[in-house]
This record gives sequence, structure tokens and C-alpha cells, in this order.
Amino acid sequence: MVRVIGFLVGLVFAGVLLISLITGFATYLKNPPAPLASTEFHKAPRPLHLASDGPFGKFDKRQLQRGFQVYSEVCSACHSMNLVSFRDLKGLGYNDAEIKKIASDWKTQVPSINPDTGEAATRKALPSDHIPAPFPNEVAARAANNNALPPDLSLITKAREGGAAYVHSLLTGYTNEVGYKNDKGEELLKKFPDAKTPENLHFNPYFANLNIAMPPPLTADGQVTYEDGTKPTVEQMSTDVAAFLVWTAEPNLEARHAAGIAVVIFLLIGTILGYLAYKQTWYEAKRAVRPTGVLDPENQAKNRRAKAKAGIAG
Amino acid sequence: MSFSWAKPYEPKSPFMRWLDERLPLPRVVYGAIGGGYPVPRNLNYFWNFGVLAGIFLTIQIVTGIVLAMHYFATTEGAFNSVNQLIMRDVNAGWLLRYAHMNGASFFFIVTYVHIFRGLYYGSYKAPRELVWMLGLVIYLLMMATAFMGYVLPWGQMSYWGAQVITGFFSAFPIVGEPLRVWLLGGYAPDEAALTRFFSLHYLLPFVIAAVVILHIWALHIPGSGNPTGVDVKDERDTLPFHPFYTAKDGWFAGAVLLLYAVVTYFAPNYLGHPDNYIPANPLATPAHIVPEWYFWPFYAILRSFTFDFILPAKLWGVLAMFGSILLLFFLPWIDKSPIRSGNYRPIFKRFFWLLVIDVLILGYIGGAEINPFNIALGQIAAAYYFLHFLVILPLVSRFETPLPLPNSITESVLGAEAVETAPVASKKKRGGTIASATAE
Repeated sequence: MVRVIGFLVGLVFAGVLLISLITGFATYLKNPPAPLASTEFHKAPRPLHLASDGPFGKFDKRQLQRGFQVYSEVCSACHSMNLVSFRDLKGLGYNDAEIKKIASDWKTQVPSINPDTGEAATRKALPSDHIPAPFPNEVAARAANNNALPPDLSLITKAREGGAAYVHSLLTGYTNEVGYKNDKGEELLKKFPDAKTPENLHFNPYFANLNIAMPPPLTADGQVTYEDGTKPTVEQMSTDVAAFLVWTAEPNLEARHAAGIAVVIFLLIGTILGYLAYKQTWYEAKRAVRPTGVLDPENQAKNRRAKAKAGIAG
Repeated sequence: MSFSWAKPYEPKSPFMRWLDERLPLPRVVYGAIGGGYPVPRNLNYFWNFGVLAGIFLTIQIVTGIVLAMHYFATTEGAFNSVNQLIMRDVNAGWLLRYAHMNGASFFFIVTYVHIFRGLYYGSYKAPRELVWMLGLVIYLLMMATAFMGYVLPWGQMSYWGAQVITGFFSAFPIVGEPLRVWLLGGYAPDEAALTRFFSLHYLLPFVIAAVVILHIWALHIPGSGNPTGVDVKDERDTLPFHPFYTAKDGWFAGAVLLLYAVVTYFAPNYLGHPDNYIPANPLATPAHIVPEWYFWPFYAILRSFTFDFILPAKLWGVLAMFGSILLLFFLPWIDKSPIRSGNYRPIFKRFFWLLVIDVLILGYIGGAEINPFNIALGQIAAAYYFLHFLVILPLVSRFETPLPLPNSITESVLGAEAVETAPVASKKKRGGTIASATAE
């Protein structure tokens, strides 16, 4: 009975799937899906190699400091960094005095209350404060950015497919849609004449729908002046800020890698010892269970008697 | 417990004797996973995955309890309590969180191997039907727990995953929508849903642990199965669980934990979805809503129903998705072949591997983006899934001629030596059975 019911249920499900398959095929033939500019002209991020890559990866602290400089001088005009406190900047190699100065010099102050009147006020940031956001709330952020919301950057390299490589490609990938060709050599505006970038948006083939609200943030070499003498090309600045954003998303990366290597070595030794113990334990069991074998109950009893006689434990 | 030659527990110290007389807990443990549990001597490495599942359940409970100490179950605080407090400020919080995240994935990996082991070697057949069914109950509880756990960080995939999965209930006519609202405590996932998911996510693992005890208890009545599917005949067919299988499980657990450590420490987000690092936003739907990888085969079945045939397509999808798991409960009665092990079932074996490929395809389709080709492939794969269990399996078990079984477990394992001591005349015949038994 179970099998008869099951048989019928199976045939019904398979039948409905077959009907779905056929109708789907018919629809496909009748009106095949139109190609989309956003799939045919979208580019995968260019590979980016950072010091923090791989199981032995460590941050390049000077690069992180340069990246932080780019963030604080360029990105932070619109993008918040809500999950990072000033005190966390120790991870970039700054000392306490430097962090105090960075915090108190920050362009946005933190909300506070006037200690005498209790009215809303602002004060200079302290190392214990989170990096203040450029806008007090979402409405203010949208109002200042053509109704687009600049995302918080704390986790951005974990929140986008491609991570740091995506950030780097996006920052350096702005181009003119006129004459833009994909890898197959097709020209965007010839194939999709309607794919003109709307006003207030900017063409960028690395962005999911090709048109991003963010204007090109890094436009000219020398936009920031690096203290360590590194030449601030657009390529360099975008690599540095991508490296910095890997740190903001994963500040414990170095501790994680170090612990990981220790754990892997520990488990490797444990597993090898365990394997040898297993071989040792099974040595007798594997080879001999002939009727006259060591594990034969009669022989085991004989063995025990002999051991008891000789005074050996076990 | 199960065999007359099982060694009874003998306390080794006065304290254990004292304890054993008052509460025979040591006796129970000794009989369950100690020297007092005789196990077939021919188990292969696929028999290690039950113990591994137990290890990962323990890891999940231990890391989960500590994570819960730092987690805020509010829509305002959940995302930051995970991504700020736990990941940055709690000592080694990042380790707890990544271990828990990837622990869930590994729990499912080992459980899937364990389930397919059962399917191939006929572990669901008499007298182990209840072991199989209790295992499926554990699996269902695991799925519920994992789903609710994924909602807790309150990222984009958490929110929209909860929206989609609770939306299944609204597919049922009349009662569906009120049921969904009642389950969620609102019209969309919100504070009420988050707090109840957190409460249940904390509760269910302990329910799983309880069912695991029943699962092992039921297993110990007939004793463990084995790759030949032949019943244990005498003492020579078995070895005590300890030290033989503790040693084998021990080193193998080390090897699997090594793999787990590599993923947790060096690619902790590989199995996750980037969108879950974006805070939940009820106003912005992600481009592709996908559940965690371990649900992909079922998600593919759900999405394969695209045509309103009498019933709405969504209801078909939901019925088929639930049905795809429920049918496994009837497997002991669907597959009537008395031969347990797939090693001796030539036709069954081919279909089994077809099923493995089929489920892998369904898994791929469930996670892939929707396009006409993927949908068609998913529909074929989903149809095969149902045909396999409900149509092919009963027919195969009826018409298949099985290969000859070995006379005993001992003969199947200790081939070489057994053959050496055997009379010359029967050498060939025995060698033949042995070769087929170890061919896999």
C-alpha cells in the first residue's frame, strides 16, 4: 500500500515537473529572454594582491596608514565607518598620542549634551569614540547625495562579491560609456542604444547595473600627499584604501592567521599520533581472526592465563 | 547490550564501584561507546560520520552558548552585536563566531555523508527502521535550527531568507496566511520573529541532543550495521567499540577537524553569502535571495515548479519540498529488497550513484542564478529525485537479482588468511565473493 501510494505520488510530482518543463520551453521559444546590458557588459573585478592574502598573510601597516589617510581625506566626506573606533587604529601602528590627535582633529564632532543646560551639543571625539559619521542620519545622507545612500564602509570588503579586488576595480574602473567595449569587442551603445547613463549617475562596468551614483572619488594623481613618500597615483591610492578596508572588515585577521597555523600544526600532530595509535590498536585484529587467531576467545583465555601466571598485568 | 558476548562493566576503582551501585551511569556509557559494545569488525570509513556529527553538535552547542552571552536579540542591536561586539570586542569572539558559522556547515557535510551511507548500505532496513526515522527527525530539527540561526545576525540574507522561508506557509490555501502571520508574530519578519527564533535556536540543539540519545539507543538494540549487510553471527564477527573504534574514530575526527580548522581560520566566509554583511533592510530586496548551501537541493526542488497545474505552482513547490524529505520516512517499506548492502545489488548501485549526481545537480541549481537552462535542468533533476525513490526503487527491489552474499562478516574481511587456510577446492569461490565485497 505504501508503495502504491508512493508510486502515484512520484508519478504526479514528476508529471507536474514535466508539464512545467514543457511550458517553460514553450515560453522560451515564444519569447526568448532579452539580453541585458548589465549582464553582457558587466566586468568581474580585476585580481588584486595584498599583503594580507593567503594563510600567512599579514597587514602592511604603512599601506594601511596610507589607506586610512585616503579614507579620512576623501571617502569619509560621504561614507561612515560605524564599526571602527579611534582606539582600534592601534592596529595600524599608531601610538596613543597619535590616536588622541586623530580623534580630536576629526572633521565631524560627536553628539553630546551641554553639561550645564542638558541641551544637545557636540564635542571633540575621544579615542574611545567610534569614527563619527559624516551625516547625522539617512535622510541627511540621501539629501546630500542625489537621494543615493553612501553605504557604511566598515564591512564593505566582506559585503561585496570580490571583496578588496572589487573595491579596487570599482575605484579605478570609471570610464566613458561612449565607445565602451566588453571583452568580446561589442560596443555598449551600439548593442543597447538605450543604455545611456542617466543624469547624476556615473558609468562603471564593475558596478552591478553599470551606473553608480558615486562620482569618481579618486580622479587625479596626487589627490592626497603621502607622508612616507609613496607616489600617490590613482592606482596606488585605490589599492591602499582597499587594503585599509580589508583591515576595517577583519581587524583580527593577523591573529586569526597566526592561531590558524598553530591549530593546524597541533591537529596535524594529533592526527598523526592518532593514526599511529589506530594502526597499533588494530594490528592484531586486522591480521588474524582465523579460528586459531589471537582474537579467538579460546586463545585469548589462554593468553590471559599465561599472563596471569607470569604476573604480567593486562 | 545487544550480543550475549558483550563484556559486562567491571568497575576499575572503588569510587566507580560506589557510583555504579548507586547510579549505573558508567555501565550505560561502557555499554554504549565503551568496551561493552561489540561492533562488526568490517566497518569502513563511512561508519565514522555518526560520531563526527556528534562532535560537531557538541562544537555548535559549546560555541553557541558563549555566543548567546554576547548576542542582542533585537532588530536594532542584532547586527552590531555580531559584527561589532562579538567580532571585534569580545576576546576571541571572532573565533567563536567563525567556528559556529562553519561548524554548522561541517555538521551538515558529515550528516549528508552519514545519510548517504545509510542509503547505500540499506541502514534503514529492518530491524533498524526506527534508527533511520529518528535520524530523519534529527535532520529536520537541524534544518529548523540552522535556518533560525542564520536569521540571528539580521543581515540582508537573514531577513530575506526568513521572509521567503516563512512565506512557504502562505502557499497553503485558507489557513496559510494566518498561519504565517501567527508563526512570525507579524506580517513580516521583525522583532517578534527575531526573539522567538533566538529562543528556539537555543532550545532546539538540546532537543537534537535528546533525539540523538534515542537514535543511539535504538541503534544498540540490533547493533551497528556493516558494509556487507550480513548479520553478526558470532563473537569473531565483532570487536569491542573501545579501543578499536574509538581509535579509528579518533584519528579520523582529527583529520576532519583539520579540514574544519583550515576553512574556519583561512577562509571563514567562503561558505557564506556576502549580502549577510549588509544590515537587514526591509525596503531593499537583494538581487538573488539564496539560502545557505545545505538547503540548495531543496530550494531547487521548490523553484522547479513553474506552472499552475490545478494547484498554484508555489503550493506544488512547497508540497514537493516537504515531500522530498517526508518520503524518506517511508523508505524502509518502499525498498523491500532483503539485501541491505548496495555492494550486492548491481542495479541498485547504479541508480544510487545516479541519485548522488542528481542531488549534486539539484544543489548546484539551488545556488545558481535563475536562467532558462538552469530551470530546465533543475526540473529534470527534481523529477528524477521523486522517480528514484518512489518509482525506481520499488521496481528495482522487486526485479533485481542480487549477488551472492558472503557467509559471514569474518569471511568477508579476513579474506587472504581465510583463503589460505581454506581447502583448495573452495578457494576460487571464496575469492570471488571477497573480491565483490571489497570492490567498492
